[in-house]
Amino acid sequence: MNQLSATMTRLGGVNLLPLIVALVALALIGAPSIWITLTVAGLAMGMMLFLMASGLSLVFGLMDVLNFGHSAFASLGAFVAATVLAHMSGWLGADSWVLNLGALAIAIAAAVGAGLIGGFLFETVIIRPVYRDHLRQILITMGALIVSEQLIIVVWGGSPLPVARPKILQGAFIWGDVSIENYRIFAVVLGVMVYAGLYVLLNRTRVGLLIRAGVENREMVEALGFRIGRLFIGVFMLGSALAAMGGAMWAGYQQLISPDMGAKMMIVVFIVVIIGGLGSIEGTLLGALLVGLIDNYVGFLLPKAALASNMVLMMVILMWRPNGLRPAAK
Amino acid sequence: MNALELSGVQTRIGRYDVLHDISFSVPEGGVFVLLGRNGAGKTTTLRSIMGLRAPHAGSVRFRGEEIAGLHPSVIARRGVAFVPEDMGIFRSLTVAENMTLATLRGRFDGARLEWIHSLFPALKTFWNSTAGGLSGGQKQMLAVARAIIEPRALIMIDEPTKGLAPAIVDAMAEAFREIARDTTILLVEQNFEFARSLGRDMGVIEDGRIVHTGTMAAFAEDRALQTRLLSLSV
Ligand SMILES: Nc1ncnc2c1ncn2[C@@H]1O[C@H](COP(=O)(O)OP(=O)(O)O)[C@@H](O)[C@H]1O
Ligand SMILES: [Mg+2]
Repeated sequence: MNQLSATMTRLGGVNLLPLIVALVALALIGAPSIWITLTVAGLAMGMMLFLMASGLSLVFGLMDVLNFGHSAFASLGAFVAATVLAHMSGWLGADSWVLNLGALAIAIAAAVGAGLIGGFLFETVIIRPVYRDHLRQILITMGALIVSEQLIIVVWGGSPLPVARPKILQGAFIWGDVSIENYRIFAVVLGVMVYAGLYVLLNRTRVGLLIRAGVENREMVEALGFRIGRLFIGVFMLGSALAAMGGAMWAGYQQLISPDMGAKMMIVVFIVVIIGGLGSIEGTLLGALLVGLIDNYVGFLLPKAALASNMVLMMVILMWRPNGLRPAAK
Repeated sequence: MNALELSGVQTRIGRYDVLHDISFSVPEGGVFVLLGRNGAGKTTTLRSIMGLRAPHAGSVRFRGEEIAGLHPSVIARRGVAFVPEDMGIFRSLTVAENMTLATLRGRFDGARLEWIHSLFPALKTFWNSTAGGLSGGQKQMLAVARAIIEPRALIMIDEPTKGLAPAIVDAMAEAFREIARDTTILLVEQNFEFARSLGRDMGVIEDGRIVHTGTMAAFAEDRALQTRLLSLSV
């Protein structure tokens, strides 16, 4: 048993969990074609959840700020992207993949821009007055989530909004009896690219070094001569922009969005960061992939249990590792 | 000119008045030792100077300029370095990364780095290792090295010998002597032998007040005073 756990650690420790879950699912599902479809769906969902959750984890890690309104940015990104896409039906339906993806890129860029601006306002107006006060943070950010939903209703109306997909991402990629939706492949690819970018930012740049150091010991970074407050606004805006990007991709994935998207996503996003461990993007990615995969596998195997599966996963992981799978050092 | 002058400093932690009246002057150059029993307010005094716990009354002058109330990062950039009691090492970062962060622009002065490596050879050995894996003594060396990687006018060090093996304490004393040649050190220390061997001037804090200041030589002679202020056994 000890030997087994030593071998596991050498192979990657908790990083292996998504692989183990996938293998167990393969055994339970049996049919490889269905399993591949579900796995890609799970990975796509995981990458979008990662985008929506990573900012929350970093923001908590750096300033101990609990932002229960974080998913409002996902919702904002979704509605902004849907609006842009609605105005670009010409490009979306064109026979050119350049125009197709160009429209999508513009929509995602608009969502990211909205996330940056929204993040800046949110941090300075709502978060700044409640630094170091968790109870007020929870109350005011939950309030902000509700207000954001109402604002979306004011601007976009209360009824669900259909979201157009670019032509090239419609349909599925067929290979033998395996069928994979193109949009899911796109979500995985884009998610991996963003993760790689974040990884480089955090691990290969001086700003990233400051962020990692600040997550561990904020005071010491200040005593060495750096303003964590300014760094924090930057991280908050980045996190909000990533959430908006994730929301924009989620909108295209669901193809129908409603104003309560932020509130619905909040629970999942919190489960992801708690499973992953606060303050580290590696942990958030791990949590997001686990939630995405298990959601899809359970949805197929035991449809009635799908809703509870995330909660059960979180409870099991917290009993095993009370700080989550890969929390940042504190 | 004095490197540092505190007068009438008062600091609260939450609802508690921890520092009631801290006044003392640290002359330029050499080691100034701050003594006092556990809980007297030594750490809070250093944190107040650094701006990590801003005083609500009194003045803190660094090289003649008022710094009370400034942000810690501003105070650091004026030339004050702080080695906290818990050393403040970034454990998940490498020794090299810890050191880079202590430079304002991310670049080392080659000669200075070499000097630090000669003071603390272990840091060179473990340059690319994660700081969390260092021994207690090595962590303390890293904490001090960070404070001197760029020239600073004043270095405040909080109980650097706590829990260290005697051999390492000696090495630390040697390093402090060398550092003090061109830098003022404000040292908080419980190890009286260590403090006496380094200190030129000193002060004693009791219950948030400075109750004695003078030269270390005079204090070291006065057993009665030591017993009264520090309960040192003779
Ligand atoms: N976070 C805190 N909350 C309340 N009281 C504190 C806190 N930190 C320190 N104190 C109190 O302030 C006094 C001085 O503490 P400190 O400056 O750490 O003393 P020293 O370094 O001389 O041992 C002590 O009585 C301690 O109990
Ligand atoms: Mg202390």
